[in-house]
Amino acid sequence: MAPAEYFHSVRLLRDKCQGCVSCVKACPTEAIRVRNGKAEILADRCVDCGACASICPYHAFSIKTATLDGLEKYAYNIVLPAPSMYSQFPEQVPMEDIWQGLHNLGFDEIFDVSLASEYIAKEIETYVKNYTGGRKPLISSTCPSVLRLIQVKFPELIKQVVPVLAPAEAAAIYVRQKAEAKLGLASEKIGVWFISPCPSKETNIRQSVDVRQTALSGSFSLAEIYGKLLRCLGGDNTLNVVTGSSYGMGWGAYGGEISSAGLENALAVHGVDNVYEVLEQISMNKMPTLDYVECNMCERGCIGGCLTAENKFVAESNLRRRINILRSQEPVERELTMASSMTLEDFPRSAAYLKKLVARPMMHLDENIMEAMKKFERMEEVLYSLPGLNCGACGAPSCQGLAEDIVQGKAHEIDCIFKLRGSVHKLAQGMIELAKQIPISHEPQSLNAVEEDER
Amino acid sequence: MAENKSLKLSFDVIGGDFERAGEASAKIKKMLKMIGVPADIVRRIAIGTYEAEMNAIIHAGGGNVAAEAFSDATVITVSDQGPGIPDIEKALQEGYSTAPDHVRQMGFGAGMGLPNMVKCSDEFDIKSVVGEGTTITMRFEHISEDL
Repeated sequence: MAPAEYFHSVRLLRDKCQGCVSCVKACPTEAIRVRNGKAEILADRCVDCGACASICPYHAFSIKTATLDGLEKYAYNIVLPAPSMYSQFPEQVPMEDIWQGLHNLGFDEIFDVSLASEYIAKEIETYVKNYTGGRKPLISSTCPSVLRLIQVKFPELIKQVVPVLAPAEAAAIYVRQKAEAKLGLASEKIGVWFISPCPSKETNIRQSVDVRQTALSGSFSLAEIYGKLLRCLGGDNTLNVVTGSSYGMGWGAYGGEISSAGLENALAVHGVDNVYEVLEQISMNKMPTLDYVECNMCERGCIGGCLTAENKFVAESNLRRRINILRSQEPVERELTMASSMTLEDFPRSAAYLKKLVARPMMHLDENIMEAMKKFERMEEVLYSLPGLNCGACGAPSCQGLAEDIVQGKAHEIDCIFKLRGSVHKLAQGMIELAKQIPISHEPQSLNAVEEDER
Repeated sequence: MAENKSLKLSFDVIGGDFERAGEASAKIKKMLKMIGVPADIVRRIAIGTYEAEMNAIIHAGGGNVAAEAFSDATVITVSDQGPGIPDIEKALQEGYSTAPDHVRQMGFGAGMGLPNMVKCSDEFDIKSVVGEGTTITMRFEHISEDL
């Protein structure tokens, strides 16, 4: 198997890594091993969810994102803050102050992603309503890490993924087109930037799984921008920014997607393990009457991303309060509310920009099925001989993982410390047995002689 | 056909054990993925096996779920020593169900089990004797419909 080169924004800082196995155990695709005392990321398995970065006690993972000096490359820079950005501030901080702060950091124009979310919600609503014949439930496509998890672990679910753009991408397409027309600038002179709560978005900009050609120039770490923003919030507040309603704002936390699409027979699943479990169940057709499943790889939704500054529960509370304030000023009906905010002309439709999601299966043991069957048998034998403690001390996530690595020639049985202990014990016993059979050739004569004399 | 080599997995399932229901199917699914059976085929096998596993758990007080994977096909056999099916023809109709209310309330027993198994598999066989038990055999060819 010769996998294509995969770009990853999640990287290991080797000198910080202590070789503990926290990340190995947290990884949903078993993409990390500890070998020779350091973690190693298996590029063809990693889905850039950031679970490793979130859990690492030594902060040994770095996330490759853009830096503000990147703005200099462009004549005009547009930034796309998402609800996850607003969630970092208590609702007493007006959105206007946040926008002005972004302007102070060097961005010429600001476009609110929550508005784009509403157009995407509409597309989802229509698609779900018109969906007939195929297997259910449909699965949301807005979290790129979920898409990659499906490619890698659940390729059989690709047909159930709703073909819509992620809101930030749709927003980027829209603002880029508008700026080109308005300013008469060439596209390469315009920088369009996302402020991302997670590494997943940056990876999707560099190597998209769902968009033919991204309209984004890059993404910044939300936590990094947050730190800079704190020092320059507010100002003239003369910017003209169109925003979404409470429904678009809801997308920052779990449940926002299905409520803005008006879907009731639907689930909102969040957190790596939960997403994995639900996809597994969908794959076995355990939820055939459900219409839709919203999946967020991060716990509590995008606000739980590993590039956020604020605690995810505080962020959720901040966001829900902002939503409540907006909602108190909106019509009761969702349809009316969204219709009054969705007034942009020619907002892009997803279909023209999407490409087909392709399978990236990594589960199989060998390209040749007969070979794979032999390896499976051996793997079962090896697994049976291992202690089954899933301690991770060998550097693999579980005994099963080690067994797999062993049959693939990537690990050895004595990587298991219990196996090693057994081997050392056996060796030691062998030496004792051997020692008994060795004739003692020369006693320390003089000493013996002295002892004899003393008796 | 060169079907000399095969892999076998077999699991006993316990009647009424909804907590562990689906485990056998999940393990079979994992094995098939690991040996490289195409994803769409694995899915059909998993769905068919899960339906049969659930039937054994709901109706038959448990049974055995077995898979034998060859290079070109997989055969699933689910057998039980349950009450048996008096009218197989009827049981194969969509929507027909004998599941008790408390099971239906859990979302099972919609009368789609056997029809789904027929739909999923390339060959389907059912043998049932009232008072003795039921054996379902499903064969799935490893011919992918996807690219």
